[in-house]
Order: sequence, then structure tokens, then C-alpha cells
Amino acid sequence: MLLITCPYCGPRPEIEFAARGEAHVARAAPDADGEAVAASLYVRSNPRGVIAERWRHVAGCGRFFDALRHTVTDKFVATYRVGEPRPDLAAPAGAGEGTR
Amino acid sequence: MADLALRPARVDAFGALPSLAHGSRFAATPVGPATRFVFRGRGPAIDAAATAFGVALPREACRAAEAAERAALWLGPDEWLLLAPDGEGEAIAAAFRAIEAPHSLVEVSHRNTAVTLSGSEVTKVIASGCPLDLHLTTFPVGMCTRTLYAKAEIVLWRRAVDRFRLECGRSFAPYVHGVLADAAAEFAVAD
Repeated sequence: MLLITCPYCGPRPEIEFAARGEAHVARAAPDADGEAVAASLYVRSNPRGVIAERWRHVAGCGRFFDALRHTVTDKFVATYRVGEPRPDLAAPAGAGEGTR
Repeated sequence: MADLALRPARVDAFGALPSLAHGSRFAATPVGPATRFVFRGRGPAIDAAATAFGVALPREACRAAEAAERAALWLGPDEWLLLAPDGEGEAIAAAFRAIEAPHSLVEVSHRNTAVTLSGSEVTKVIASGCPLDLHLTTFPVGMCTRTLYAKAEIVLWRRAVDRFRLECGRSFAPYVHGVLADAAAEFAVAD
């Protein structure tokens, strides 16, 4: 069973969570042209590696939070509360574990 | 506008289902009608709610506090489930009306229904559908949390080493009862 660490409740089973897409997506400015609006709506980074995503502990505390997840290994590198900056991955040792 | 006099008499969803009894190994007993509120608020509203309700709302994650037949269960960082005996809803709502800090108080007495699960095999029966680790070190007495039982969302509260309170939506009661009955038949039958 994959455990995800909710920033509020601690480690909990994956089945209680719901993924809500990429985090830290900047909304297009009100006067931006159509192309910029379309890009902010539909274009996602989709990296092969660590991605910042918004998750929700839907069958737990119900709160949204952000998580760093490796798209190849499905390893959760870090979770943090909405509004907090994306953690610096250089800090934790072994964060890139499983990268090929 | 709905005429309150036409509101059908309240039926306890678990009370209408057959009781599950397997001696000292497992029993599921309906809690019966109760008053329930979901309180949401931050900062000063939390202390004011504790005064109005008579129970200090726990700030620690997944913990419940009890006082004089009332209980406050932590559901989220700004969300609590408040439990009280049946018929105290009016008095509780009136007490909260005096709180000036922004908050919300929603009565869910009829939305939820509850059952007490007890017995020496109770954790096995719950673990049949609940993904949490129910060991005493990770789910101690006094811990409560919203989680899943099979496909139903529940609130699970450990009252004693071998006694839990399970709250779920009333329309989920027959489903939860059915899964509990199956699990009890597998894990709680006498030797």
C-alpha cells in the first residue's frame, strides 16, 4: 500500500486521496492574449521526474495540499501545505532515488 | 417552503437493521438518535465554540475530546464534528448564535447515523474494509478520523481498546451493515 503523508494527518493510505493536477500553475493575466490563456489552461509541464501536484485528502481531513512526486517511480518526495513554497529538492539527501 | 409538520418521523438507519452479535468476539450496536453538528471556524471562533459547546475542541490532529455526554471530534484543521445526546440541537444552536467570530455550524443529526462496534475481534472486522492501521500505537484510544470503510466514507472513533464508534451517512447504513455482517461472519465466529 502506498502511504502519502498528509501535512495535517500524517501518513495515510493512498486510497483516501485524490489527485488534482499540477500545482503552482500561474493563471494568465486578465489582458493576456488567447494563446497565453490557452497555455495557462491546458499546457502542463508533464516532466519525466519530480512534479509538484495538488492533492486532496478527500476521505480524511478534506484539505488540499501540494506534493512533490516522481512520475517514474511514483515516490512521494515531499508534501507541504497550500501557500507554502515548493521545497528545495537539493536539501533532502536521496530525494532523486530511483531516477534513471 | 416545506411544512415542518409534514416532516416524516425520524428513523434511525442502523436501528432498523438486524443487530450483529457474536458473543464477546464482536457486536454492532446502533447508537440511536443523536444530535450532531459540523463546526467550522478558525482562531477566536474555536475558543468561543468550546465555551458555547462545553467541550474544548481538540487542536491536535485526529483526536476527540469528551465532557458530560458531549464530544468534539477533530475532522480537519478547521473542522469538528460535535456530538451530543438527542434533543439538544436547539440549545446548542442557540449557544453558538452568540459567537461573533466568523464560523459555520451545520446540523447533520439526520445526515449521519452511528453504530458502536465492540468485541475482542473488532479491529479485524474493521480492518476488513478500512485501510488504516488500527494497532493501538498508531490508532490509540481517543483517536478519531474520517476514513473509508469499504466504499463508504465513515468517521471512526476509538472509545476503548476494543470499542469503536462508526459514523456514516444514513443512506450508507445498509451497505456498511452488510459489509460488517460479512466481515463478522469471517473474523468473529466462535471457535
